[in-house]
Amino acid sequence: MPRINSFAELEKLREEIKTKRDPNKPCISVSSGTCGRASGSESVYEGLQSQLEAQALKGEIDLKRTGCLGFCERAPLVMIYPEETYYTKVKPEDAAEIVQSVKEKKIIERLLYSDPVTGEKIVRESDIPFYKNQQRIVSGPNRWIDPKNIGDYLYIGGYSALSKVLSQMTPDQVLGEIKKADLRGRGGGGFPAGRKWEETKNALGEPKYVIVNCDEGDPGAYMDRSLMEGNPHSVIEGLVIGAYAIGSHEGFVYVRQEYPLAVENLNVALEQAEEYGFLGENILGSGFNFHVKVHRGAGSFVSGESSALMTAIEGKAGEPRMKYVHMSQRGYKEKPSCLNNVETWAAVPFIINKGSDWFNSIGTEGSKGTKIFSLVGKVNNTGLVEVPMGMTLRQIIYDIGGGIPKGRKFKGVQTGGPSGGIISERYLDTPIDFDELTKIGSMMGSGGMIVMDEDTCMVDMARYFINFCCEESCGKCIPCREGLRVLSGILTDICEGEGKEEELQTLERIAEVMKDASLCALGATAANPVLTTLRYFRDEYEAHIKDKRCPAKVCKNLITYYIDPEKCQACMICLRNCPTGAIQGGKNLVHWIEQEKCIKCGICYQVCPERFDAVEKLSGEPVPAPVPGREVVRKKE
Amino acid sequence: MEKLISLEIDGKEVKAREGMTVLEAAKEAGIEIPTLCYHEKLEPYGACRICSVEVERGGRTQVVASCGYPVEEGMKIKTRSERIDQIRKTIIELIAPSLSDGGVVGKVRELADEYGADTSVFMSTFKATPTRCILCGQCVRYCSEVVAANAIGFVGRGVERRVVFLPERASRFCPTCRECYEVCPTGKIAAETDGSIFPEFSIDDFLSGKM
Amino acid sequence: MIGISGIVSKIVDKYQEDRGMLIQILLDVQSGLGWLPKEVLTEVGKQLGVPLTRVYQVATYYKVFSLAPRGRHLVRVCMGTACQVRGSPLIRDRVQQLLGIEPGETSSDMKFSFETVNCLGCCAMGPMMTVDDGYHGHLTIPDVEEALEKYK
Repeated sequence: MPRINSFAELEKLREEIKTKRDPNKPCISVSSGTCGRASGSESVYEGLQSQLEAQALKGEIDLKRTGCLGFCERAPLVMIYPEETYYTKVKPEDAAEIVQSVKEKKIIERLLYSDPVTGEKIVRESDIPFYKNQQRIVSGPNRWIDPKNIGDYLYIGGYSALSKVLSQMTPDQVLGEIKKADLRGRGGGGFPAGRKWEETKNALGEPKYVIVNCDEGDPGAYMDRSLMEGNPHSVIEGLVIGAYAIGSHEGFVYVRQEYPLAVENLNVALEQAEEYGFLGENILGSGFNFHVKVHRGAGSFVSGESSALMTAIEGKAGEPRMKYVHMSQRGYKEKPSCLNNVETWAAVPFIINKGSDWFNSIGTEGSKGTKIFSLVGKVNNTGLVEVPMGMTLRQIIYDIGGGIPKGRKFKGVQTGGPSGGIISERYLDTPIDFDELTKIGSMMGSGGMIVMDEDTCMVDMARYFINFCCEESCGKCIPCREGLRVLSGILTDICEGEGKEEELQTLERIAEVMKDASLCALGATAANPVLTTLRYFRDEYEAHIKDKRCPAKVCKNLITYYIDPEKCQACMICLRNCPTGAIQGGKNLVHWIEQEKCIKCGICYQVCPERFDAVEKLSGEPVPAPVPGREVVRKKE
Repeated sequence: MEKLISLEIDGKEVKAREGMTVLEAAKEAGIEIPTLCYHEKLEPYGACRICSVEVERGGRTQVVASCGYPVEEGMKIKTRSERIDQIRKTIIELIAPSLSDGGVVGKVRELADEYGADTSVFMSTFKATPTRCILCGQCVRYCSEVVAANAIGFVGRGVERRVVFLPERASRFCPTCRECYEVCPTGKIAAETDGSIFPEFSIDDFLSGKM
Repeated sequence: MIGISGIVSKIVDKYQEDRGMLIQILLDVQSGLGWLPKEVLTEVGKQLGVPLTRVYQVATYYKVFSLAPRGRHLVRVCMGTACQVRGSPLIRDRVQQLLGIEPGETSSDMKFSFETVNCLGCCAMGPMMTVDDGYHGHLTIPDVEEALEKYK
């Protein structure tokens, strides 16, 4: 493919691609993001490929891999176009039947999504409640695009925003549009992107740099991975547009190496973009030059902080530095640098194409547009969801997420990653945007939304986040490093039943100093999970301290596994699976646990058949003495 | 002619040159702000946070590290306040358990007394081995920025961050230099190395999990 | 056979001796050798003109780097929040029990290295573990033994 040298040539190429494609030609697409692959989508793809060959249908039915469709819980997912028939949990052995059915224009009932409540089978993707209540803008194209094929991106209008910008707009007009759109950074604090661009543009010093943050270290969030894997060109296009507005000719993408597929697809996309003339010298014949380098992150959460990230791409240990002068003034190599995350850059082409008024029509007063959340944890429909800002937590968790599995009770939802907080039930009707989440002690972060039910211990969660930061912080400044160390010590004591009541105040005192005096935002917010759980779930702390009881029955030191002799059917399953031989009893003899041998690994609890439900966890109550040698009382079936 | 900036520190009118930090401006005006990681020959580092002060700008008060914060026209600084004293006191209390080996002595002791810090308050929740090091990094930065020997450096991260010697470089430079002995605020270096032998204080000790 | 210096110089050349690429160079070396021996770090420092203190700082700062040889199979248990909520600590404990090593260690027969990782981004499929390039999602505690059996 020769380079595209003008805007007209781009449109000509697009027309050519369109004429060559028949929108009515059947196409089987396999969702092949990391989640899909982890569930076996590659074997499904290969199965379909060999079936198309075997049934001699290669010319009549297209087959392709796309990025993540969001409904990762049900992967591997297969979509049949143009009907948008949606199959879930597809297996390689379904391939023959799928190919056959596409040929005969039939539907395979058993692979359809069935509504867990009504049992109704749903054919089309967009009719499934998980998708119906979403507004997929930035994540939308994932379902149509083979990320390794730039033609797919061009077919749906890709790089038209770049072309528009370079042919019809001045850098100031582009900047004005982004400012008017009020696009806020989707990676953390929600700083207005337009202001960041403007500050970088106006800063003294050359060259200026633009940077994509695909470090996404927030545990529980993976929308950036999904976009980078599924639609890397949209990120590149956004970046080039930003570079043009700012007056930058060199950019970086910092991407976690823990995301191998994202790295791979990004590199392929950069090569293609360069080959087609969307990157490099004289882009689309406009005279504008821009080059991009890829840096892989080597496993460090704090390196996603802007000053730390810039230090990392200088080839150093990615630890934050004092930011009293903004990165937009002195960032990478002390030069003006503009950093935004993947989702933010990917939103740019949409704003340019559809206009800031359109963007402003979506969302809330202070937070415009849509946001992608990773809806995970104890929720029925886990996956990535994109909704307008301002939707309530309840709508997201119940209408889209389908509520809490196994009839358990909702307890809380964690947003904002280790810098965020855990929000309790009474805020379920809070409309979600940057400002509202901050008001209730949490934050948007990059959009992780981890749902917790009554089996989640909030003290244990607070300890989890603190220990996460103990490992993932840089350790440079004292308030954060030593503060985290002491918080971890106190929380561990509490989880182990050794906590003291006055330590709850100590937790708050340290949290306050960390917030005021830490070097970077990670340290300043690291205590948020402790503060929010203390605020909303204080009774759980008190139960651990005063009653030596873990209400969620999670903290190992405070629980005992127990087999209810009335329920036990002596099926031998737990007895055989126990790794330490702690379970006694036998055939026809009620099983019981020799507590001295029990290591609380939880296997018996998980393997006990649901219909017996005999293994229990006890906390804060006496464990009834076992009755060795008792014969089983068979349940009537 | 450098531009002069007027600011107020603890109610006192102070003139400073553009590009100076709040700490430098205060020092010139004879106002002392405590530090643990600051060294006049080294780049500002901002790790100990003992030099935190309150800055008031446009009605908003913010805590900043004075060693790195540039002076601005019309800014109002408070070097002591209830909030600042609480920060300094807590910082000393937080580092005290790491120092329990050699005892809280020298500069840290002085600060503990000044701010009423209880140096044993976090002993029971400190679940690590005392290192006698507060990671102020003065030795590392001095060795790199001033001596250019690069014989001592940081390793690890988070609560596992440490300072270690690289024996192959140290054996070349340290016996005749030993300047880091002077900058170390806890006395660890002088106590634990003679410039050629490093008991559990070298990269190999770190990698073998001894420290 | 090319020695350490040859391996390093090939990769250093690929990045045009750019010091800013130190992390990328170490990543590439490690993906070839499986870990970062001391001689490699010294050689990288020498060829790039970067102080050895900085090379060590970088190599011990980022979690991916291993300064000790790794076993034939790398087992990683995801400790991201979503996996945590769905019980990953019990999965970690089970792996630890079955392999007889703690996170960060390698078994004495050099068969397995065991690590925990702070989010693999497969949050919808937790709890999640990877063995080499293979993903094992929706794990229950009893599943762990079966999953590891294949690699024994």
